[in-house]
Parts: sequence; C-alpha cells; structure tokens
Amino acid sequence: MLETLQNLAVGFSIALSPSVLLYAFAGCVVGTLVGVLPGIGPLAGISLLLPATFGLDATRAIVMLAGIYYGAMYGGSTTSILMRIPGEAASVMTCIDGYAMARKGRAGAALAIAAVGSYVAGTVSVVALMFLAPPLAAFALRFGPPEYFALLLLGLLVLAYMSGGSMLKALAMAALGLLLGMIGIDQMTGYFRFAYGVVELGDGIGVVPVAVGLFGLAEILATAGQATPPDVIKPKLRELLPSRREWKESAGPIGRGTVLGFVIGIIPGSAHIISSFVSYALERKLSKRPEEFGHGAVAGVAGPESANNSATSGAFVPMLALGVPSGPIPAVMLAAMMVHGVSPGPLLIKNQPELFWSFIASMYVGNVVLLILNLPLVGLFVNLLRVPYPILYPSILVFCVLGVYAVNGSVVDVWIMLAMGALGYVLRKLGFETAPVVLGLILAPMIEMAMRQSLAMSDGHYAIFVTRPIAATLLAVGLLLVLLSLKSLVTRSLDWRARLALAEKGEGHP
Amino acid sequence: MLTTDRVAGGALALLALIVLWESRRLPIGSLRNPGPAFTPILLALLLLVFGLLLTALGARTGALAAVGWTEWRHAVAIFAACAFAALALERLGYRATTTLCLAFLLGVVERKGWLFTATFALALALGSFYLFDTLLRVPLPRGPLGL
Repeated sequence: MLETLQNLAVGFSIALSPSVLLYAFAGCVVGTLVGVLPGIGPLAGISLLLPATFGLDATRAIVMLAGIYYGAMYGGSTTSILMRIPGEAASVMTCIDGYAMARKGRAGAALAIAAVGSYVAGTVSVVALMFLAPPLAAFALRFGPPEYFALLLLGLLVLAYMSGGSMLKALAMAALGLLLGMIGIDQMTGYFRFAYGVVELGDGIGVVPVAVGLFGLAEILATAGQATPPDVIKPKLRELLPSRREWKESAGPIGRGTVLGFVIGIIPGSAHIISSFVSYALERKLSKRPEEFGHGAVAGVAGPESANNSATSGAFVPMLALGVPSGPIPAVMLAAMMVHGVSPGPLLIKNQPELFWSFIASMYVGNVVLLILNLPLVGLFVNLLRVPYPILYPSILVFCVLGVYAVNGSVVDVWIMLAMGALGYVLRKLGFETAPVVLGLILAPMIEMAMRQSLAMSDGHYAIFVTRPIAATLLAVGLLLVLLSLKSLVTRSLDWRARLALAEKGEGHP
Repeated sequence: MLTTDRVAGGALALLALIVLWESRRLPIGSLRNPGPAFTPILLALLLLVFGLLLTALGARTGALAAVGWTEWRHAVAIFAACAFAALALERLGYRATTTLCLAFLLGVVERKGWLFTATFALALALGSFYLFDTLLRVPLPRGPLGL
C-alpha cells in the first residue's frame, strides 16, 4: 500500500511537470474535438494522431494518446446528446435519452451529468486499476475459450433482451451483424470467406465504417431532407446545472455504471461499448419507471456514460499487466506503446516504473482536465454544432469520409460506410434498432474463435460449455433471458419491453 | 398486407438463403471439428429462422405504405455525393473530390449562393487537408499534378 502510494507520488511528479501536463491537456482537447466530430471516434482518432507523437519521448507520447482516448470517449457524448449522432460507438446508448433530454430543454443538464459521471467513473476506476490490477488480471486469466464464448453470447442476449420492443427483431439484427463479421480470412484455416477477390476484406469489415455508416450517415440521410431539419440543440451555460432531482436520479446509475464498466472493462471484448449497453439495460431494468427510458431518463445518460469511461480504465488492466489488449482501442494503444519502445506486460512496472506510474497519474490528471474542459468549455465545443444544419451536414459528411478512409487508407472502407448508411436508413424506416448489428460485427470473430478453440480443447465435445462452472453459469443466465422474453408470449400479456415499444410508437400508454 | 416486419423478415430470409448458397464453396467440416463454412451456415440458418418468424408474426406491425419517405430526394443526392467521393477520392485526390462534393451539396442540393458555396467548399477541403495531411501527417490521396 505504502509502496503504491510512493510510486504514485513519483508518477504525479512526472505527470504534473509542465511539459507532460501540456501534452495531457493537448491530448484531451484534441480527443474531445475528435470525439465531437461524428465518424472520427477514439479508434480512428488514435490511429490518425499516432504519427503526430513520433517526435515525442515514450512518456509524453503515451500520456497524449491516453488523453486523446479519454477525450474522445467524452466528446462522443456531446454530439449524441445534442444531435443524436454518436461521435463513437460507445455513445450510442447516450443518444437515446441524452437527445430526448435535450429535446425537453435539458441539454445542459445532460451534458453536465455525462461530464460528472465520466469524471467520477474515470477517477474511481483509476484508483481501482491501481489497487486491483493484479488480482483482477488473475481473475480474467481464469477465462478460457469456453467461458469467453459464454460471456460473449451472453453479451448479445443481454443486448437483445434489453432492447425496447421485439427481442426477435433485436436477435435478427445481431445475427445480421454476426454474419457481417464472418467476412474475411478465417483465422483458424486461412480461408477467405465472402471476400470475392477484394483483398481489403481479408481483415474483415472494420467497425469504424460500419458504425459511421449505420449511425452517422444513416442519420444524415434520414434527417437532411426533412422539411424541418433537426435543430442542433444549443444549451446555455446557465442551463448546465442539473436540478436537485436530476442529481439524485443520477447518483445511483453513476455508481453502478462505474463498478459495472470497470468489471466489464477488464474482460476482453469491446468493453466500453458493451458496458454502455449493459449499463443502460441494467438501469432500465432497475428503474421504477422503465417507460421513461427513451424519453429522457436521467439514468439513461448517467449510467452508460459512467460505464464506458470506467471501462476505459478497466481495459488497461490486461493491457498493462499482461500485455494483452482487450479490444481494438487497447490494441492500437499497445501498438503505439511498442512503436515508442515500451513493451506492456508484467515486466513493465519493474523495468519502467516511471512510465507506468506517470501513465496512472496522468489518468487522474486527464480526468480533471476533462472535467475542466467539458463543463465550462462545452459552449465552445457546441459552437461547432451551432452552424445551420444544411451547412453542417455536408461538413460532417466530409469528416465521415475522411475519418473512414484514414483508418486504413482504403476506399473500400468508404464503400462499406455507404452500404451501411443505406442499410441503416432503411432499417430505421422499418423500425429496427441497428446497435445489435454493430455489436454482432465486433463479437463475431471472437465468438467463433472461442467456440472453435473450445471444441479443439474438448476434442469436439460440446459438453465443455456446460461442465465448466463459469461458462455454465453464464449460459444459464442467457437461457433465462430468452425464457423471460418468451414469458409474455405464453401469458399473452405485455411485458415492459412491449409496453415501451408501444409507448415509443405512441400507440399506447405504458 | 405488406407490413414493415414482413418486408424486413422476407429480406433477411432472402439474405440468409444467399449466404447459405455462397457458403457451398467453403469446407463445412464436421460438428466436432467445424470448418470455415460452419459458423456462417449456422448464423445464416439462425437468420433464416428469425426472418421467417418475423414474416409469420409480422401481420400486426405498421403497413409498409404508411412509412414516410418524404426525404428520399435529399437522401439519394447525399448518397450519390458520397458514392462520387468514393469513386473519385484516389483518382482526383482528396482536395478536388471534397471541393466538388461540397459544391454539389451546398450549391445544388441546399441552393446556397455560389460565392458562399465556392468559398466554404474550398476552405473546408483545403483546411482539412492541411490539418490532417500536412500537420498530422495522415496521408490523403493526391490527384493529377499532385493536387
């Protein structure tokens, strides 16, 4: 304990030195700007800005990249709340109630709750990262392929169950996403699947073009031509303070989101995305008024925002302690560290303590910088969105195309974004949620690999999924969710999801 | 009656059948040792079931005719501009492509004045190129004469 605090003091002495602080600040500002611009999320942002750190030493470079990561995570929520366009995939859930709050004139409060939730979650989860990293990493190590398969499957079922309305529709969308994830080289045999000679599809369909297409482009296609295009909601500084009731309603979700996000964060997968989905679902389930979700529920903003920020820190646990990235963004961070001659893993703390502890300290500093940036300067960032929509949307389109192209330098990604934009537009018109498509796409290769590795381990016996306690428990929970969703069919009564769907359509009173 | 769920369910089922047909080119393996076609076939079968269920149970959802498509002209124009960008990006270069796309969207689709359109399109195209390509060293495509 004492040693940890001493090491942290050393870290702070480095993180608070003016030059490192400057790069942390620059990273947070650039990250927030990157997050605000739809289509250029943290993954694309870190990839785009990696070359800009080549001239820096390892500590400053990593501190700056981490700042970009946190900044982008928060910046994404600004466009979600004010325009219903997620700056990045983890902000998808914030779109729903954040935008609904904004339409009720509570945009400032939604932004403030997101900022405070992110700050609390970020700070608490860094403390947790510092003290709990070794035992938590050990727990994550107990997850073999069968547990991993069960967990990923449960993630999809949780999402489908918690979607408002039909679980069948959500499952169909998840299956569509999983099928999209099958495109590319089969990792176990090297076969090209559904690539039709397009070399760029070898690595599969990227998350960035799909997320930008389904959420960014589809939103623009659906709204740009409306007789009254969506106003960018313009909060005033004096409206930033949430009411006492809103603070009260957000306290519990922030706490739960922090814990949930951190725990999910350490488990491999696109943790920050999954955590925001699961947190939203949990809050809706726990709420005494689930029908408010989708119509501006404070908990629908506070929970997911806290969870995705907390998961950001959680995701660093396996990356720093084991050198194992738990998702695409930690993988890019890992690559960035290796470019700078740093090898994350058990020896990092021993061999380069100043880097490890300054990284930890910079996370505290980054959270403070973000709070300072996000509350008073929200007006400044929002100015980007005050531009009239007929001028704003062509500009957003430019950044969508640029951001998607820049990740791999490939026009194929731009075509994928276009196809997904058209698909998202049609699905939206037909009343289908597109979030499960994105999650399915991300999870598909992992689920398949886990399943085939499990079968290889058990010599082809499927019993391996039910004979291992953790996997069996996770699968049992998944089965329970499916049964719960069928309950309303058997009893012929409306459950909370059906009531919510009706309420959303204005066809009934929840 | 054609409802939204029935149309979507039918389309998903059709997609599933296409995937099943296309999967015949890949080895399926066995239940105990799945090959590269195994998971896609499994997922396509699942999608087929979901699609058929949606079609069968979708009688009570909204009629397809009731879905409003009033913004379709704008949507087609935006989609066409993006498709042009994808086609032209590596042929004309980032700056020329972006300028032309913005000029089309602002001048033709949104009917802004030509002076504003030209100034805004050029400023955004050149500014974003300078920021990303020159300052941040993110290579963006150049067209003829290095433009």
